[in-house]
Amino acid sequence: MSTTFWIILAGAVATYLTRVGGHLVISRFQTVHPRVEAGLNAVPAAVLTTLVAPAALGAGPAEWAALIVTALMSLRGGLMAMFLAGAAVLILARQFVG
Amino acid sequence: MTAEAISESRARSDFWDGVRLSMPVVVASAPFAILFGAIAVDNGFSVLEAFLMSALIFGGASQMVGIELFGQHVAPWLVVLSIFAVNFRHVLYSAGIGRRIAHWPVLQQALGYFILTDPQYAVAEARAASGQSVRFVWYLGLGLPVYVFWVAESALGAVFGKMIPNTHALGIDFLLPIYFLGLVLGFRKRPLWLPVVVASAFASIVAYQTVGSPWHVSIGAIAGVLLAVILPPHHSGVGKRT
Repeated sequence: MSTTFWIILAGAVATYLTRVGGHLVISRFQTVHPRVEAGLNAVPAAVLTTLVAPAALGAGPAEWAALIVTALMSLRGGLMAMFLAGAAVLILARQFVG
Repeated sequence: MTAEAISESRARSDFWDGVRLSMPVVVASAPFAILFGAIAVDNGFSVLEAFLMSALIFGGASQMVGIELFGQHVAPWLVVLSIFAVNFRHVLYSAGIGRRIAHWPVLQQALGYFILTDPQYAVAEARAASGQSVRFVWYLGLGLPVYVFWVAESALGAVFGKMIPNTHALGIDFLLPIYFLGLVLGFRKRPLWLPVVVASAFASIVAYQTVGSPWHVSIGAIAGVLLAVILPPHHSGVGKRT
Protein backbone atom coordinates (compact mmCIF):
# COMPACT_ATOMS: atom_id res chain seq x y z
CA MET A 1 0.00 0.00 0.00
CA SER A 2 1.29 3.44 -0.90
CA THR A 3 1.79 6.32 1.54
CA THR A 4 -0.97 8.21 -0.25
CA PHE A 5 -3.41 5.41 0.46
CA TRP A 6 -2.58 5.42 4.18
CA ILE A 7 -2.97 9.21 4.34
CA ILE A 8 -6.42 8.88 2.79
CA LEU A 9 -7.41 6.06 5.13
CA ALA A 10 -6.15 7.83 8.28
CA GLY A 11 -7.80 11.07 7.11
CA ALA A 12 -11.08 9.17 6.64
CA VAL A 13 -10.92 7.65 10.13
CA ALA A 14 -10.05 11.03 11.69
CA THR A 15 -12.93 12.66 9.80
CA TYR A 16 -15.44 10.00 10.86
CA LEU A 17 -14.35 10.41 14.48
CA THR A 18 -15.18 14.14 14.31
CA ARG A 19 -18.58 13.35 12.80
CA VAL A 20 -19.61 10.72 15.34
CA GLY A 21 -17.57 11.97 18.32
CA GLY A 22 -19.61 15.00 19.29
CA HIS A 23 -22.72 12.89 19.65
CA LEU A 24 -20.97 10.10 21.54
CA VAL A 25 -19.61 12.57 24.09
CA ILE A 26 -22.70 14.77 24.48
CA SER A 27 -25.16 11.87 24.69
CA ARG A 28 -23.50 10.69 27.90
CA PHE A 29 -25.22 13.54 29.69
CA GLN A 30 -28.83 13.06 30.77
CA THR A 31 -29.95 16.67 30.43
CA VAL A 32 -28.58 19.47 28.30
CA HIS A 33 -27.82 22.66 30.22
CA PRO A 34 -29.35 25.83 28.71
CA ARG A 35 -25.89 27.32 28.21
CA VAL A 36 -24.71 24.20 26.40
CA GLU A 37 -27.82 24.36 24.23
CA ALA A 38 -27.15 28.05 23.50
CA GLY A 39 -23.62 27.06 22.52
CA LEU A 40 -24.87 24.29 20.23
CA ASN A 41 -27.35 26.67 18.59
CA ALA A 42 -24.47 29.04 17.84
CA VAL A 43 -22.35 26.35 16.16
CA PRO A 44 -23.33 26.62 12.49
CA ALA A 45 -23.08 30.41 12.24
CA ALA A 46 -19.84 30.40 14.25
CA VAL A 47 -18.09 27.77 12.13
CA LEU A 48 -19.29 28.96 8.74
CA THR A 49 -18.26 32.53 9.57
CA THR A 50 -14.66 31.38 10.00
CA LEU A 51 -14.72 30.04 6.44
CA VAL A 52 -15.80 33.46 5.14
CA ALA A 53 -14.18 36.20 7.26
CA PRO A 54 -10.43 35.66 6.62
CA ALA A 55 -11.10 34.93 2.94
CA ALA A 56 -13.14 38.14 2.65
CA LEU A 57 -10.44 40.21 4.37
CA GLY A 58 -7.73 38.92 2.06
CA ALA A 59 -9.79 39.45 -1.09
CA GLY A 60 -10.17 42.37 -3.49
CA PRO A 61 -12.94 44.59 -4.94
CA ALA A 62 -14.40 41.87 -7.18
CA GLU A 63 -14.81 39.47 -4.24
CA TRP A 64 -16.18 42.20 -1.95
CA ALA A 65 -18.77 43.16 -4.55
CA ALA A 66 -19.80 39.51 -4.82
CA LEU A 67 -20.15 39.14 -1.04
CA ILE A 68 -22.15 42.38 -0.74
CA VAL A 69 -24.56 41.26 -3.47
CA THR A 70 -24.85 37.85 -1.79
CA ALA A 71 -25.75 39.56 1.50
CA LEU A 72 -28.29 41.84 -0.20
CA MET A 73 -29.90 38.85 -1.92
CA SER A 74 -30.43 37.21 1.48
CA LEU A 75 -33.10 39.84 2.20
CA ARG A 76 -35.18 38.39 -0.62
CA GLY A 77 -34.12 35.04 -2.01
CA GLY A 78 -33.03 31.66 -0.71
CA LEU A 79 -29.56 30.11 -0.65
CA MET A 80 -29.45 29.26 -4.35
CA ALA A 81 -30.46 32.79 -5.37
CA MET A 82 -27.80 34.23 -3.07
CA PHE A 83 -25.13 31.92 -4.43
CA LEU A 84 -25.94 32.46 -8.10
CA ALA A 85 -26.13 36.26 -7.71
CA GLY A 86 -22.83 36.34 -5.82
CA ALA A 87 -21.12 34.05 -8.34
CA ALA A 88 -22.43 36.08 -11.30
CA VAL A 89 -21.14 39.34 -9.81
CA LEU A 90 -17.77 37.72 -9.06
CA ILE A 91 -17.25 36.40 -12.59
CA LEU A 92 -18.40 39.68 -14.12
CA ALA A 93 -16.27 41.84 -11.81
CA ARG A 94 -13.17 39.73 -12.43
CA GLN A 95 -13.35 40.43 -16.14
CA PHE A 96 -12.64 44.08 -15.24
CA VAL A 97 -10.57 44.14 -12.08
CA GLY A 98 -8.98 40.67 -12.30
CA MET B 1 -54.76 2.21 1.18
CA THR B 2 -53.34 -0.07 3.82
CA ALA B 3 -51.31 1.39 6.66
CA GLU B 4 -48.20 -0.15 5.11
CA ALA B 5 -48.85 1.46 1.73
CA ILE B 6 -49.46 4.82 3.39
CA SER B 7 -46.21 4.66 5.35
CA GLU B 8 -44.32 3.53 2.24
CA SER B 9 -45.68 6.41 0.18
CA ARG B 10 -44.85 8.83 2.98
CA ALA B 11 -41.30 7.46 3.10
CA ARG B 12 -41.00 7.92 -0.66
CA SER B 13 -42.26 11.51 -0.53
CA ASP B 14 -39.95 12.20 2.42
CA PHE B 15 -37.01 10.89 0.40
CA TRP B 16 -37.82 13.06 -2.63
CA ASP B 17 -38.41 16.03 -0.35
CA GLY B 18 -34.80 15.56 0.80
CA VAL B 19 -33.54 15.12 -2.76
CA ARG B 20 -35.20 18.40 -3.78
CA LEU B 21 -33.42 20.24 -0.94
CA SER B 22 -30.10 18.62 -1.93
CA MET B 23 -30.10 20.17 -5.41
CA PRO B 24 -28.64 23.59 -4.48
CA VAL B 25 -25.88 21.75 -2.58
CA VAL B 26 -25.21 19.45 -5.56
CA VAL B 27 -24.96 22.44 -7.92
CA ALA B 28 -22.86 24.52 -5.52
CA SER B 29 -20.40 21.73 -4.74
CA ALA B 30 -19.94 20.59 -8.37
CA PRO B 31 -17.19 23.12 -9.20
CA PHE B 32 -15.33 22.21 -6.00
CA ALA B 33 -15.51 18.47 -6.69
CA ILE B 34 -14.14 18.95 -10.21
CA LEU B 35 -11.55 21.40 -8.93
CA PHE B 36 -10.54 18.98 -6.17
CA GLY B 37 -10.00 16.17 -8.69
CA ALA B 38 -7.96 18.44 -10.92
CA ILE B 39 -5.75 19.74 -8.07
CA ALA B 40 -5.34 16.23 -6.63
CA VAL B 41 -3.89 14.86 -9.86
CA ASP B 42 -1.80 18.00 -10.21
CA ASN B 43 -0.32 17.31 -6.74
CA GLY B 44 0.64 13.71 -7.47
CA PHE B 45 -2.53 11.73 -6.72
CA SER B 46 -3.72 9.10 -9.16
CA VAL B 47 -7.30 9.24 -10.42
CA LEU B 48 -8.14 6.26 -8.17
CA GLU B 49 -6.64 8.00 -5.12
CA ALA B 50 -8.59 11.20 -5.81
CA PHE B 51 -11.75 9.10 -6.14
CA LEU B 52 -10.98 7.23 -2.89
CA MET B 53 -10.30 10.41 -0.95
CA SER B 54 -13.68 11.87 -1.96
CA ALA B 55 -15.47 8.58 -1.29
CA LEU B 56 -13.94 7.97 2.14
CA ILE B 57 -13.47 11.48 3.58
CA PHE B 58 -16.33 13.35 1.84
CA GLY B 59 -15.29 16.75 3.20
CA GLY B 60 -14.40 19.32 0.57
CA ALA B 61 -12.41 21.88 2.53
CA SER B 62 -10.36 19.22 4.35
CA GLN B 63 -9.63 17.38 1.10
CA MET B 64 -8.38 20.63 -0.46
CA VAL B 65 -6.12 21.29 2.53
CA GLY B 66 -4.88 17.69 2.54
CA ILE B 67 -4.02 17.81 -1.16
CA GLU B 68 -2.31 21.17 -0.78
CA LEU B 69 -0.07 19.90 2.04
CA PHE B 70 0.56 16.60 0.28
CA GLY B 71 1.80 18.55 -2.74
CA GLN B 72 4.19 20.46 -0.47
CA HIS B 73 5.65 17.12 0.70
CA VAL B 74 4.66 17.75 4.31
CA ALA B 75 5.05 14.76 6.69
CA PRO B 76 2.09 12.34 6.30
CA TRP B 77 0.99 12.62 9.95
CA LEU B 78 0.80 16.40 9.56
CA VAL B 79 -1.42 16.04 6.49
CA VAL B 80 -3.75 13.79 8.49
CA LEU B 81 -3.68 16.17 11.47
CA SER B 82 -4.62 19.09 9.20
CA ILE B 83 -7.53 17.13 7.76
CA PHE B 84 -8.60 16.46 11.34
CA ALA B 85 -8.26 20.14 12.27
CA VAL B 86 -10.34 21.35 9.33
CA ASN B 87 -12.99 18.75 10.10
CA PHE B 88 -12.97 19.34 13.85
CA ARG B 89 -16.05 21.54 13.49
CA HIS B 90 -18.04 18.35 12.80
CA VAL B 91 -17.75 17.49 16.49
CA LEU B 92 -20.09 20.40 17.11
CA TYR B 93 -22.46 19.41 14.26
CA SER B 94 -22.46 15.87 15.59
CA ALA B 95 -23.44 17.03 19.07
CA GLY B 96 -26.16 19.23 17.58
CA ILE B 97 -27.70 16.72 15.18
CA GLY B 98 -27.33 13.86 17.67
CA ARG B 99 -30.30 15.30 19.56
CA ARG B 100 -32.44 15.01 16.42
CA ILE B 101 -31.53 11.53 15.19
CA ALA B 102 -30.99 9.63 18.45
CA HIS B 103 -34.21 7.65 17.81
CA TRP B 104 -32.86 6.03 14.60
CA PRO B 105 -31.51 2.44 14.60
CA VAL B 106 -27.76 2.36 15.27
CA LEU B 107 -26.69 1.45 11.72
CA GLN B 108 -28.76 4.29 10.28
CA GLN B 109 -27.14 6.66 12.77
CA ALA B 110 -23.68 5.36 11.81
CA LEU B 111 -24.42 6.10 8.15
CA GLY B 112 -26.04 9.41 9.07
CA TYR B 113 -22.85 10.61 10.77
CA PHE B 114 -20.75 9.53 7.79
CA ILE B 115 -22.58 11.98 5.49
CA LEU B 116 -22.74 14.80 8.08
CA THR B 117 -21.29 17.68 6.03
CA ASP B 118 -21.72 21.45 6.56
CA PRO B 119 -24.83 21.78 4.34
CA GLN B 120 -26.24 18.46 5.58
CA TYR B 121 -26.08 19.80 9.12
CA ALA B 122 -27.42 23.22 8.17
CA VAL B 123 -30.44 21.90 6.27
CA ALA B 124 -31.27 19.12 8.76
CA GLU B 125 -30.93 21.51 11.71
CA ALA B 126 -33.16 24.06 9.96
CA ARG B 127 -35.80 21.36 9.45
CA ALA B 128 -35.65 20.30 13.10
CA ALA B 129 -35.80 23.93 14.24
CA SER B 130 -38.99 24.45 12.20
CA GLY B 131 -40.63 21.72 14.27
CA GLN B 132 -40.53 18.94 11.65
CA SER B 133 -39.03 15.59 12.56
CA VAL B 134 -35.77 14.53 10.89
CA ARG B 135 -36.49 11.08 9.43
CA PHE B 136 -33.80 8.76 8.06
CA VAL B 137 -35.25 8.56 4.53
CA TRP B 138 -35.47 12.34 4.32
CA TYR B 139 -31.90 12.73 5.63
CA LEU B 140 -30.69 10.12 3.13
CA GLY B 141 -32.52 11.88 0.29
CA LEU B 142 -30.71 15.06 1.27
CA GLY B 143 -27.26 13.50 1.59
CA LEU B 144 -27.09 10.72 -1.00
CA PRO B 145 -27.22 12.88 -4.17
CA VAL B 146 -24.55 15.18 -2.72
CA TYR B 147 -22.32 12.18 -1.99
CA VAL B 148 -22.81 10.46 -5.37
CA PHE B 149 -22.22 13.65 -7.37
CA TRP B 150 -19.26 14.66 -5.18
CA VAL B 151 -17.46 11.35 -5.72
CA ALA B 152 -18.30 11.10 -9.43
CA GLU B 153 -17.32 14.71 -10.16
CA SER B 154 -14.06 14.33 -8.24
CA ALA B 155 -13.12 11.41 -10.48
CA LEU B 156 -14.25 13.41 -13.52
CA GLY B 157 -12.15 16.38 -12.42
CA ALA B 158 -9.15 14.10 -11.92
CA VAL B 159 -9.53 12.71 -15.45
CA PHE B 160 -10.24 15.96 -17.24
CA GLY B 161 -8.67 18.36 -14.72
CA LYS B 162 -6.03 19.85 -16.87
CA MET B 163 -8.64 20.89 -19.42
CA ILE B 164 -10.22 23.57 -17.15
CA PRO B 165 -9.29 26.91 -18.76
CA ASN B 166 -8.74 30.03 -16.67
CA THR B 167 -10.02 29.07 -13.19
CA HIS B 168 -9.44 32.58 -11.84
CA ALA B 169 -11.64 34.25 -14.46
CA LEU B 170 -14.36 31.72 -13.63
CA GLY B 171 -14.08 32.73 -9.96
CA ILE B 172 -13.75 29.10 -8.87
CA ASP B 173 -11.38 29.91 -6.02
CA PHE B 174 -13.91 32.22 -4.35
CA LEU B 175 -17.20 30.36 -4.88
CA LEU B 176 -16.79 28.58 -1.54
CA PRO B 177 -16.77 31.73 0.65
CA ILE B 178 -19.81 33.05 -1.25
CA TYR B 179 -21.64 29.80 -0.62
CA PHE B 180 -20.69 29.76 3.06
CA LEU B 181 -21.78 33.39 3.47
CA GLY B 182 -25.19 32.38 2.11
CA LEU B 183 -25.40 29.64 4.75
CA VAL B 184 -24.37 32.04 7.53
CA LEU B 185 -27.05 34.53 6.50
CA GLY B 186 -29.62 31.74 6.47
CA PHE B 187 -29.20 31.47 10.24
CA ARG B 188 -29.70 35.19 10.91
CA LYS B 189 -33.03 34.77 12.74
CA ARG B 190 -31.37 32.74 15.49
CA PRO B 191 -30.90 34.28 18.94
CA LEU B 192 -27.41 35.76 19.43
CA TRP B 193 -26.70 35.45 15.68
CA LEU B 194 -24.99 38.84 15.26
CA PRO B 195 -22.75 38.71 18.37
CA VAL B 196 -21.73 35.14 17.51
CA VAL B 197 -20.91 36.02 13.90
CA VAL B 198 -18.92 39.11 14.94
CA ALA B 199 -16.97 37.16 17.59
CA SER B 200 -16.20 34.30 15.19
CA ALA B 201 -15.23 36.63 12.37
CA PHE B 202 -12.88 38.60 14.62
CA ALA B 203 -11.29 35.54 16.25
CA SER B 204 -10.86 33.68 12.96
CA ILE B 205 -9.17 36.68 11.31
CA VAL B 206 -6.79 37.12 14.25
CA ALA B 207 -6.05 33.37 14.35
CA TYR B 208 -5.57 33.26 10.59
CA GLN B 209 -2.91 35.95 10.80
CA THR B 210 -1.17 34.61 13.92
CA VAL B 211 -1.55 30.82 14.35
CA GLY B 212 -2.37 30.35 10.68
CA SER B 213 -4.57 28.04 8.63
CA PRO B 214 -6.28 25.61 9.25
CA TRP B 215 -6.54 26.40 12.98
CA HIS B 216 -8.45 29.66 12.39
CA VAL B 217 -11.53 27.51 11.70
CA SER B 218 -11.56 25.78 15.09
CA ILE B 219 -10.38 28.85 17.02
CA GLY B 220 -12.92 31.20 15.42
CA ALA B 221 -15.75 28.72 15.93
CA ILE B 222 -14.86 28.16 19.58
CA ALA B 223 -14.86 31.94 20.16
CA GLY B 224 -18.41 32.32 18.80
CA VAL B 225 -19.73 29.28 20.65
CA LEU B 226 -18.07 30.37 23.93
CA LEU B 227 -19.71 33.77 23.64
CA ALA B 228 -23.13 32.11 23.28
CA VAL B 229 -22.38 29.93 26.32
CA ILE B 230 -21.13 32.83 28.45
CA LEU B 231 -23.96 35.29 27.75
CA PRO B 232 -26.88 34.91 30.20
CA PRO B 233 -29.38 32.25 29.01
CA HIS B 234 -32.26 34.73 28.79
CA HIS B 235 -30.47 36.36 25.85
CA SER B 236 -30.08 33.14 23.97
CA GLY B 237 -33.73 32.17 23.84
CA VAL B 238 -33.17 28.75 25.39
CA GLY B 239 -34.01 27.59 28.88
CA LYS B 240 -37.60 28.85 28.69
CA ARG B 241 -38.63 25.25 28.18
CA THR B 242 -37.23 22.75 30.64
